[in-house]
Amino acid sequence: MGTLWFWLVAAMLIAYVVLDGFDLGVGIVYLFVAKTEQERQQTIRSIGPVWDGNEVWLLAAGGTLFFAFPLVYASSFSGFYLPLMIVLWLLILRGLSVELRGHSTDPLWRTFFDGLFSFSSILLAIFFGAALANVVRGVPLGADNYFFLPLWTNWRTGPSPGILDWYTVLGGVIALVALGLHGSLYLALKTEGDLERRARSIASILWPGLLIVTLIGLPATVIARPSSLHNYLNHPIAFSVPLVVIASLGTIFIATRKRFGLVAFLGSCLYLSAMLGGAAAGLYPVLLPTVGNQGRDITITLAAAGPHALHVGLVWWTIGMLLALMYFCVVYWLFRGKVPQQLDDYGH
Amino acid sequence: MDALSLHRLHFAFTITYHYLFPQLTMGLALLLVILKTLAWVTGDEKYDISSRFWAKIFAVNFLLGVVTGIPMEFQFGTNWSEFSRRTGGVIGMPLAMEGIFTFFLESAFLGLFLFGEKRLPRWAHWTSAFLVFAGSWFSGFFIIVTDAWMQHPVAYNLLPNGVYEVSSFWGLLCNPEAWLMYAHNMCGAVVTAAFVMSSVGALYLLQRRDEAYGRTFLKLGVIVGVIACIVQIFPTGDYQGRYVAKNQPAAMAGMEGLFNSVKGAPIILMGQPDIESQKIDNPLAVNKVLSFLIYGTSAAEVEGLNQIPRDQWPSTLPLLFYSYHIMAGLGTYFVALMAVAAFLLWRRKLYAARWILWPIMLSFPLPYIANTTGWMTAEIGRQPWLVFGLIRTSEGASKHIGAGTSLFSLIGFLGLYTLISILWIVLLYTAIQKGPLASTHNNGHKRSATV
Repeated sequence: MGTLWFWLVAAMLIAYVVLDGFDLGVGIVYLFVAKTEQERQQTIRSIGPVWDGNEVWLLAAGGTLFFAFPLVYASSFSGFYLPLMIVLWLLILRGLSVELRGHSTDPLWRTFFDGLFSFSSILLAIFFGAALANVVRGVPLGADNYFFLPLWTNWRTGPSPGILDWYTVLGGVIALVALGLHGSLYLALKTEGDLERRARSIASILWPGLLIVTLIGLPATVIARPSSLHNYLNHPIAFSVPLVVIASLGTIFIATRKRFGLVAFLGSCLYLSAMLGGAAAGLYPVLLPTVGNQGRDITITLAAAGPHALHVGLVWWTIGMLLALMYFCVVYWLFRGKVPQQLDDYGH
Repeated sequence: MDALSLHRLHFAFTITYHYLFPQLTMGLALLLVILKTLAWVTGDEKYDISSRFWAKIFAVNFLLGVVTGIPMEFQFGTNWSEFSRRTGGVIGMPLAMEGIFTFFLESAFLGLFLFGEKRLPRWAHWTSAFLVFAGSWFSGFFIIVTDAWMQHPVAYNLLPNGVYEVSSFWGLLCNPEAWLMYAHNMCGAVVTAAFVMSSVGALYLLQRRDEAYGRTFLKLGVIVGVIACIVQIFPTGDYQGRYVAKNQPAAMAGMEGLFNSVKGAPIILMGQPDIESQKIDNPLAVNKVLSFLIYGTSAAEVEGLNQIPRDQWPSTLPLLFYSYHIMAGLGTYFVALMAVAAFLLWRRKLYAARWILWPIMLSFPLPYIANTTGWMTAEIGRQPWLVFGLIRTSEGASKHIGAGTSLFSLIGFLGLYTLISILWIVLLYTAIQKGPLASTHNNGHKRSATV
């Protein structure tokens, strides 16, 4: 039962990164892609109806983690206190900037929110990447299953790391490039004209960068946490996941060349899913690994909530997810196709 | 300040600030459904224009409710990790259900409601308004279930390692305290929205502008307001009070400032609690009323603080006393104001009666204060318990988050929320100044706003 919930939470987080990832990515490349006021409006309109729903996956995944594995929620949220507070502030600023930009026609007002939107999107991507890298690397859990990480120490992994060390910064860079590419591909898919052209050229600049950081990232993970290979060595089938990562990068490259926008974007979705799925496969059955020798890994068995909760949860979780998927289909269907350059009645 | 106090202040500040927005949007969602229904039934364009205007105000408040709400879910883990670890097996469920059942619903249909009016058929647009309303009210329910469990824990097992797990799904959702609180709280949200709507209506009438809309807002606000204000006191507030008297006598004694048990207990309308000498200074009291209100007979004995061990007294007694009295005093004022306004409306004199339009216009902040102090009464009254009778507040905070760290993020929130307050004032002032017709004449611009 706990194993099932491990993968359900992982699936929700993957859904979050794939979905909110593209609107974060649009924010990352926003100032480089959208030059005129009309293009900026068009860019914002390309994510306007969906960004909020995408972000809900983070809240829903967080809630589900709290429900299914209270100990992991308690330990990781308090241990990552400082970066989480900064993430909260960035999420607030980003939400404000997307929605409030259009409330005034004053150019200064709009420029202010443009900058804020870009700034918060870039930093959020870096923080999310670094957060994931922190979990993969492990944290210095104490005997009471808690820890507290300072923001920075000596930049080295080891028994007393900080939030930012060489490995987690690398994670942040991978996330920044990957989501920037993801957002560019989305934008190329949803817009036309100069905007589409520029989004595509940014994507072709980011692609080699992503290839390089990914190729560094995979072996770096083994160095930062050698035991992450255990599951792979015990189940060699798992090595197909890094192969999928490479294959998805190839797909993005070819599809961008041949102007198959949708294929390129789906390739990017596959890339993100495979990277995260691969990380989860390396962790399982551990939810929060420890470094140093004071504490022990927080595993599924140690952290899972009571059996009644998990059983009943499966019923309402399934119903809720089916409903949520239905809403997403309605919204994305109503919002299908390219965003027009001029406003139509619907305003998209 | 020590770490515990800062964690408490951190949560108190962020939750109080957050709840300024949902209390309006939950109530306003109901008023919007009424406006959309009136527009559909009567075919009068006035109601369509009114609902577009209020949808705009709704959108700003909803956004601020969303962005200030995200920190709430995080804070259970960041600042109250011991509490989360021990009770996540129970309250994790309603919190996760809120995310899965209501946030997706709201985020999907709010966009359709705000921007889909021209594209969607009338029934579909009405439905999206209704689903936004349903989503926000469900959301409130799951939060209340969580808080009700902390006030009155039910349906749980205690494991040997101090962790609680839920023993019955329906037992948790059907906690009688949850339904009492839910009724009282949602009614309070309707009061806020009705006052805000009446206030804008009164403003337009006093300014002699957009008077047709001023009358519509005032009429709807007053009719809904008078009902909600009465229901707020009876039966919902009355039941809630009896519940507290029965299950949390220390909270009731603190709210009423009753230091000693007494038969035929008086109700203290005003006064200043003096903890050291254990009495109320300068009291304005009416004999026997409290006994009557709680037990229905004026001779009944009400339990005072002297029968409760000192370590179970609500820890900030004067604040509890004042919160409760401010809430109850304002609630009484609301009934009086709305009853007079409703009477004048019935006699067709309200729109010209400037002497009553002034207090209606000026009273819009008061329901916010009443809702806030109501929640303070409930949560301070629960102290020193985090989960009543089971976990003390001092046991719940994160172990490794020091006072300095907590103060760091509190200061961050203070700064950020100051910015949000300024934006809120600017945006709402502008919307109200432009008036209901601006959103119709200037449709293209408005629509470019978000989507």
